[in-house]
Amino acid sequence: MSNDDSLDTPDSMTIIAWSGDLDKLWPTFILASTGAASGMDVTVFFTFWGLFPLVKDDVRITGYDAMTKALAGMNAPGFKKAKLSKLNMGGSGAWMMRKVAEKNKLLPPEDLFAICQEMNVNLWPCQMTMDLLGIKPEQMVDGLGEPVGAATALQKMAKSDINLFI
Amino acid sequence: MPDAAKTVDAKGQSCPMPVLMTAKGIKEIDSGQIMLVEATDNGARSDIPAWTTQTGNELVESQEADGVLRFWIRKK
Repeated sequence: MSNDDSLDTPDSMTIIAWSGDLDKLWPTFILASTGAASGMDVTVFFTFWGLFPLVKDDVRITGYDAMTKALAGMNAPGFKKAKLSKLNMGGSGAWMMRKVAEKNKLLPPEDLFAICQEMNVNLWPCQMTMDLLGIKPEQMVDGLGEPVGAATALQKMAKSDINLFI
Repeated sequence: MPDAAKTVDAKGQSCPMPVLMTAKGIKEIDSGQIMLVEATDNGARSDIPAWTTQTGNELVESQEADGVLRFWIRKK
């Protein structure tokens, strides 16, 4: 009986937010906020391209040399500049998707992210990719957890009922 | 229909807002009290019952009229 209950009602979820694409940020933050609203302990571990949306809007470029700066240039920092994973069409696809979302009363990812912060979702940036891509803690939005590594993420995942890679 | 101590108006809102508003609203009533949630998002039809199952609150009654879904939830 109690086993059935525990299966029916997961109490923790970890999402590896690897993609910084607009159409993948939506499911990440919809699931994270809904999990928190359902009483789950939710953690989002941001790694690789998933870090760029967390860079403050007023930071123009991140990186420490030509290549990391070029990478940041192709992945403009901040939620507002997130691209679509397909049919981005130089940004017009992303713009249209945001318009359609607004018309359908779907909150933009940056608002859902703010809700996740209010609901105490653990928001963990990946230390290694921050170093690799030259993204400094002070360049990132406030309210994130301390940067952590793969072992910490795995430890959380081992205890989570639901693990997703988005 | 049960008397509700509080009403959450999520009409016109898309997923995940009806669930998020329900979770916020339930914090504002006492255990045993009933809250009415109104939504027009079709996803809410299954999402609100899923939320009550997940959180252990009781879905006392639900109905649909004029395109509005109504859920009466008793706080555990």
